[in-house]
Amino acid sequence: MSLSRHRKVLPGFRSTLGFTLLYLGLVVLVPLAAAFAKLGGLTWAQFWHAIASPVTLAAYRLSFGASFFAALVNSVFGLLVAWVLVRYQFWGKKLMDALVDLPFALPTAVAGITLATLYAQNGWIGRWLTPFGIKISYTSLGVFVALTFIGLPFVVRTVQPVLEDFDLEIEEAAASLGANRFKTFFRVILPMIFPALLTGFALAFARALGEYGSVVFISSNIPLRTQIVPVLIMSKLEQFDYAGATALAVVMLAISFALLLAINGLQTWSVRHREHH
Amino acid sequence: MHRRPTTEPAVVRWFLIAIALLFMALFLVIPLVAVFAEAFSKGIGYYAHTLASPNALSAIKLTCIAAGISVPLNCVFGVAAAWAIAKFDFFGKNILTTLIDIPFCVSPVIAGFLYVLVFGRRGWLGPWFIDHGIRVLFGVPGIVLATMFVTFPFVARELIPLMQSQGRSAEEAARTLGARGWQVFWRVTLPNIKWGLLYGVILCNARAIGEFGAVSVVSGHIEGANTMTLHVQALYENYDQTGAFAVASVMTLLALMTIGLKEWVERKGTAASSKGTPS
Repeated sequence: MSLSRHRKVLPGFRSTLGFTLLYLGLVVLVPLAAAFAKLGGLTWAQFWHAIASPVTLAAYRLSFGASFFAALVNSVFGLLVAWVLVRYQFWGKKLMDALVDLPFALPTAVAGITLATLYAQNGWIGRWLTPFGIKISYTSLGVFVALTFIGLPFVVRTVQPVLEDFDLEIEEAAASLGANRFKTFFRVILPMIFPALLTGFALAFARALGEYGSVVFISSNIPLRTQIVPVLIMSKLEQFDYAGATALAVVMLAISFALLLAINGLQTWSVRHREHH
Repeated sequence: MHRRPTTEPAVVRWFLIAIALLFMALFLVIPLVAVFAEAFSKGIGYYAHTLASPNALSAIKLTCIAAGISVPLNCVFGVAAAWAIAKFDFFGKNILTTLIDIPFCVSPVIAGFLYVLVFGRRGWLGPWFIDHGIRVLFGVPGIVLATMFVTFPFVARELIPLMQSQGRSAEEAARTLGARGWQVFWRVTLPNIKWGLLYGVILCNARAIGEFGAVSVVSGHIEGANTMTLHVQALYENYDQTGAFAVASVMTLLALMTIGLKEWVERKGTAASSKGTPS
């Protein structure tokens, strides 16, 4: 059927597309354009000073480092949780499955104050670690814990559907060829769910990079030591350093957009990967 | 005892279950319990007093306004965008879908900052609004706009793949039978997408209520002009930890209700699609 015949059969193309573009433009594209326009007004010196100062570099290190390790931990444990939820039966399974979504549904500020209180030196969890000299709240370790909380559902929810659709025949074939479960998992199952696992990792990483509410309470937010990039941007805004904030924001936007494209690509790969098996 | 070749020895299974449960308990259950324990640590009187205070009540009102405006608007947008993308072919469809996803991957602080750039004193539209006495930043409109931005894609992201997988045949059939535009939508499309739509609205609403970073940037943090999340922050930073957790406990209950509703809608949606007919 030709393009124009589709348009004639079903109504509302022009109005819905028009409204969509208008709304998208007003709510998303105009504000984004404002950032790039402001960026254009900056000199190279201003831009470089903002994104390459020691304070900024320290913030990048913490943000990227903590987000990376949090996403890594979530990949390992998220895979475990997804496996256990899909493959096994046990009491409380449905509850556990529902609870996985808690970090999605809970406001970040609530998560933030709760984690800060729990992991403080006299907190419910923190007090067990204080005798060992381990401090979590108000350190970069606290940032890592908060980012792990935030990213928890991403890997679980990305891997779960793939595991659910997994063809047991392949595992049976591996077993009949003499592989034990350990070997089967690492050489048959894991490679096949790897794209989904990587997608979950990327989603958790991207989310952690931009996270503010859960981290700002548990971190002491000291520049050069425990300050993440969103907190740094906030601090620049409070000091009316709009130029610096714009420079940082645009860099983060570029990274976020690149991650978005990467994730979309990963998801396409993941679907094709499954269709070929 | 003979076990299936596609499962592990019982010992391994229980070990893995135990670790998973421990991980979940540490990261999810304990914080959940802690919210309520802290909230009631000074008794029910203090709890009720905190929630009934004027600042708390105005915070609840502002959160309801922000959600009450953003969610319906983004819902309408989601339906319109999904209709355009799923029922027609046109150049740039993939670009449009990617653009719609943008707010999803932007840090909330940056989202708020973008609106400061537009509506601030030296922003593009700021001076016009200020000259006309309308306060966007540090006022309700700013908070609503920031909330709209961060909750922008939720309904669209649910509906676009759903409507794409449902195709056009039902709608086209209705047209050949003489149905007019709105009739096709209300009587053919809407019943098919209602669970996906509800799911998207639930997620959108939860996000709108819980938004913190973006509203933190555009608000003046003035007592009485805060959302619930900002009020939690204000109480916490003023050393009223119990009060902060009291308000937080209300939001946690809302989050748990969101999860419950989500599960219910998911189950209904799967039941409807497996039956092959809208239920």
